[in-house]
Amino acid sequence: MGIKIDDICFEYERGTAMQVTALDHISAEIPDNQFIGLIGHTGSGKSTFVQTLNGLLKPTSGHIYYNGEDISGEKFDKKKLRSDVGLVFQYPEHQLFEIDVLSDVMFGPRNLGLSDAEAKKRALEALESVHMPEKYYKSSPFDLSGGQKRRAAIAGVLAMRPKILILDEPTAGLDPKGRDSILGMISDMKKKLNMTIILVSHSMDDVARYVDRIMVMGGGKLLYDDEPVKVFRHVQELENLGLAAPQITYIMKLLREKGLDVSTDALTVEEAAAEIMAHRRELHV
Amino acid sequence: MFDTITLGQYYQTDSLLHRLDPRVKLVGTFVYLISLFVVDSFAGYLLAGLFLAVMIMLSNVPFRYIVRGMKTIVFLLLITVVFNLFLTPGEVIWHAGIFKITREGLTFAIKMAVRLSLLILGSSIMTLTTTPTQLTDALESLLRPLKKVHVPVHEIAMMMSIALRFIPILMEETDKIMKAQIARGADFESKNIVKKIKSMVPLLVPLFISAFRRANDLAMAMEARCYRGGEGRTKMKPLVYHGRDRVAYMVLLAFFAICILTRIFF
Repeated sequence: MGIKIDDICFEYERGTAMQVTALDHISAEIPDNQFIGLIGHTGSGKSTFVQTLNGLLKPTSGHIYYNGEDISGEKFDKKKLRSDVGLVFQYPEHQLFEIDVLSDVMFGPRNLGLSDAEAKKRALEALESVHMPEKYYKSSPFDLSGGQKRRAAIAGVLAMRPKILILDEPTAGLDPKGRDSILGMISDMKKKLNMTIILVSHSMDDVARYVDRIMVMGGGKLLYDDEPVKVFRHVQELENLGLAAPQITYIMKLLREKGLDVSTDALTVEEAAAEIMAHRRELHV
Repeated sequence: MFDTITLGQYYQTDSLLHRLDPRVKLVGTFVYLISLFVVDSFAGYLLAGLFLAVMIMLSNVPFRYIVRGMKTIVFLLLITVVFNLFLTPGEVIWHAGIFKITREGLTFAIKMAVRLSLLILGSSIMTLTTTPTQLTDALESLLRPLKKVHVPVHEIAMMMSIALRFIPILMEETDKIMKAQIARGADFESKNIVKKIKSMVPLLVPLFISAFRRANDLAMAMEARCYRGGEGRTKMKPLVYHGRDRVAYMVLLAFFAICILTRIFF
């Protein structure tokens, strides 16, 4: 059934001179089994938004329903919500604390009250899903490289078997190679585990090729919520927000301006190449 | 999670108190705290209260904001009052079972509560109107004479300003790590004391690691900019007394004198 967000607002430092509106009347629906990209510039409210989804922050007004139940209701089981809606924070490697990687990943399932055997089973599954080499299972999480640490931390949330997984800037601070490998891993996970994934990012290039739907936030408002192709048609508006369409969109646009009748809807280099090849006759004119 | 702690946090606005030289405010707070122990009559407390009220008005900090900060110490205040109320020997005016209230206890408890509240409000007025950097600058400047006896005044001030600067950073970090662990099902609200201590491990280990990492980065950044301690170091904003600061010193002196007078005559 997923999550239904009904007109929520959130303000930091309410009632002081420093009051900041982080969320401004947001409504949306997050169904099961969808890959969503949440895009916004720094300070657009995207991190605040995802924290309201698993009840870490309570909206100052409005309601969030998970499977039809209001999550700020008295009787609502918050612990269950947090295992169903997994949230991987920015720089998740900063939350590692156990003596070895495996025990750290087991922390989540253990908190759910599972037996050690079951927790271990889930941890092993999760570590496999994030492509963690087996030789690291027993090493200290602090001895791993940056990218491996991040995998371990993501596994820590994945081991709770969430139905909806939210990743807040999972590629921040990684080199291009690390970034591609994390994004590829997330995309594999989506295919294998059939869950809803919300990928928070400020880079269109990161998300464009993977997601089914893009939500664009700016100044605390949800500005666009549509298929990637349709969102990228608003190049000018996106640029005004300090965002950009994928680089390939710009190339196709330029080609079009130069007189080649290609569609500008391509999201990946491969799609763009196919589109140009389809119009190659015009090239020789 | 921590945004309710306003006690002693700088409040950004423009006011006469904000513009005063931090040395005046530091000395002033010190004088005010001493004066609270000099006065010992209700007239004296009234005077100290009025003085503080004027200061709060001059500070432009909303009264609600200051009071919200007081919430954190209500418990401490309550304990002090209750203990003084019931445990001071003297003339009994009310009793029930083993509990008795004496006249002396009542006066003492009220005085204590007033004194403590004024004490905390008084010092928070200083921190609300002075940035930590200004404060340590003032401290360094006021303690400069101690350099003659080889006290590393600059280094102490630098350590203090770094420590103060790191409080909000570490607080934010704690908040972030706490949220991350709650998202992994950690329970920080358990009433069971053993469970509570155990639940601190996933919070404290990452916090310490991050504190060390930050300290290391900062040391490196300072060295990269050739920081070598206080020798021959100049300031971008040297502290200079203005006319208003001299007036403030005079007001302080007058206030302190009157406090001593109330002690003698009331």
